[in-house]
Amino acid sequence: MTEKIRVLLAKPGLDGHDRGIKVIAAALRDAGMEVIYTGLRQTPEQIVTAAIQEDVDAVGVSILSGAHMTLFPAIFNLLRERGGGDKLLFGGGIIPDEDIAALGKMGVARLFTPGATTTEIIEWLTRAAPAAKKNDKLL
Amino acid sequence: MFDESFLARLKERRKKWEAKKDGYSQASRPRYMTVSGDEVDILYGPESIDGRDYLEKIGFPGEFPYTRGVHYTMYRGKPWTMRQFSGMGTARQTNERYHYLLREGQTGLSVAFDLPTLMGYDSDHERSHGEVGKCGVVVDSLADMEIIFDGIDLGAISTSMTINAPASILLAMYVGVAEKKGIASHKLTGTLQNDILKEYIAQKEWIYPPEPSIRLITDMMAFCADHVPKWNTISISGYHIREAGATAAQELAFTLADGFQYVESALAAGQEVDTFAPRLSFFFNAHQDFFEEIAKYRAARRIWARRMRDKYKAKKEQSWLLRFHTQTAGCSLTAQQPENNLMRTAFEALSGVLGGTQSLHTNSMDETLALPSEKAVLLALRTQQVIMHETGVANTIDPLAGSYFIEHLTDKLESEAEAYFAEIERRGGVLQCIEEGYLQREIAKSAYRYQKEIERKERIIVGVNDYVMKEKIVIPVLRIDETVARDQLVALHKMKQSRDNDKVKRTLADLAACARGDGNTMTAILDCVRVYATEGEIVDTLRPIFGEYQEPPMF
Repeated sequence: MTEKIRVLLAKPGLDGHDRGIKVIAAALRDAGMEVIYTGLRQTPEQIVTAAIQEDVDAVGVSILSGAHMTLFPAIFNLLRERGGGDKLLFGGGIIPDEDIAALGKMGVARLFTPGATTTEIIEWLTRAAPAAKKNDKLL
Repeated sequence: MFDESFLARLKERRKKWEAKKDGYSQASRPRYMTVSGDEVDILYGPESIDGRDYLEKIGFPGEFPYTRGVHYTMYRGKPWTMRQFSGMGTARQTNERYHYLLREGQTGLSVAFDLPTLMGYDSDHERSHGEVGKCGVVVDSLADMEIIFDGIDLGAISTSMTINAPASILLAMYVGVAEKKGIASHKLTGTLQNDILKEYIAQKEWIYPPEPSIRLITDMMAFCADHVPKWNTISISGYHIREAGATAAQELAFTLADGFQYVESALAAGQEVDTFAPRLSFFFNAHQDFFEEIAKYRAARRIWARRMRDKYKAKKEQSWLLRFHTQTAGCSLTAQQPENNLMRTAFEALSGVLGGTQSLHTNSMDETLALPSEKAVLLALRTQQVIMHETGVANTIDPLAGSYFIEHLTDKLESEAEAYFAEIERRGGVLQCIEEGYLQREIAKSAYRYQKEIERKERIIVGVNDYVMKEKIVIPVLRIDETVARDQLVALHKMKQSRDNDKVKRTLADLAACARGDGNTMTAILDCVRVYATEGEIVDTLRPIFGEYQEPPMF
């Protein structure tokens, strides 16, 4: 049996719209993953600390307020600084195409925008998370 | 309502019809259901409303139980207020948008604040980083509010402010602006959202725990009864509950349950029901299921009137009226093929009007992407104007009354709401249910079910899971850049240097003493605001005394 994928779901910033992230949490759990949801208004610091303590494979972040160009880089850089650079950073929100490209270049693994289905997210994580782990072991 | 022999004949005919019907083409979908997931019958007839007493259940507009509307003449006497929720960037940018909307025929204002303002942080707080002016207008002090309402006659227009945890502060600022303009506070008309319970349940913009939050609200209700008597002190909101994923019945039930809680809190604080109840107003969502929504508004009026009269013993008819604002459903808009949102919004707005709303916000088609552009805002406003002037639906009151389906749905939603009230009471009341996360879980369950229905294609969303097109989004969206935050920081810094800082310290100390004791916090906050204490300074004064709310864990 393969190990369960462990995912930390987080909501940084001041935005309280958590309908989406709770749907994702329920769907990932139904798909057999282990899900830890941080709750609202976590600082990048708190999110990265939780990700490392919980030794998750992936960190999923939901941002709907327009603050994504501030928050994703902050989380990404902190993850790397704290030795969590192997963890997949992904996210969802209302993010314009040019920002998706910029964040992708920086190293955010995947960003889902409105209309993405839970099935898509599950399939992507199922593929990407073990691959990231393997790479990590090879290194 | 109907006599026996008629019902017997009806039953017979229906049976025959059912049999015949089976010979015709059958269901193309596995289930026919409302947006809320409730099964809908293929046909409703007189039997669906049998046993109802028309006068008791439906009656006349302007009369108990107000199923048909709260006013005698409804839109002939009082057309609904076209109130577009708006605010972005700096106070000056927002002021310009307001002048634009008023020029184009909008009849009321509705202020959208940015997240730091909603959460009680000044622009220079570290948690405000990246969020200043993004989701609404930035307000740090009275100085910003003076600019927002520059050139607008506060004695003539009504203003709604979507602000909750720091509502007292923003109302104080509005009163402060009026004072500077020489307008007496008793002339001011408008609405504060000020509904902290739905923040814990759905929108999640809280600061303090429930108990001190409710004290702030009841203090304000007492203050307004004396000084701002035409102000709607709370807009008890189902909107956000629905946006978070609730069904129509949950929106109806949880919102009214919150309303009952405010009534009970004010009564417990020693206020007379008829002094504050006439100033309570409501705010509902207009989602996509046309008939279900219309029935929801009708049921809401009936339930509220009954409770206010029979349970809380309100004597004034004004206390029985459920007056409400409606906003079309943001969660029904799609980022894909965004022009389709124009149609969605129009149908939703129509249900609000047919449901008897007192004021209406129509969403702009580009709002899933960013704050709306000027063109999109104008089309949204024009949608309301077309409904009002061209469709004829406002000519006669509650035109769908008597429809077998509408009356059946109205009764059904009412009984579903009653079942929730009983369950909430069994669990120890609204506050206990919030503490346990019961209401939040019920909503999350509905949201997950809805998402699964879309993914299984049991529910078709045009452009999302069917009729999909390869597209590049071309609608120009309004972007708030970081210069807004920079400009605001400069303005805030300058303001702090030019005000009388001794006075600020003194009024803040008085506020702290008031909060520790049992004085009226609203009066003390107004004193702070007048000398340009910032929102953040006021919240920082109260937070250590009142504490900070922690959400119960969901998973």
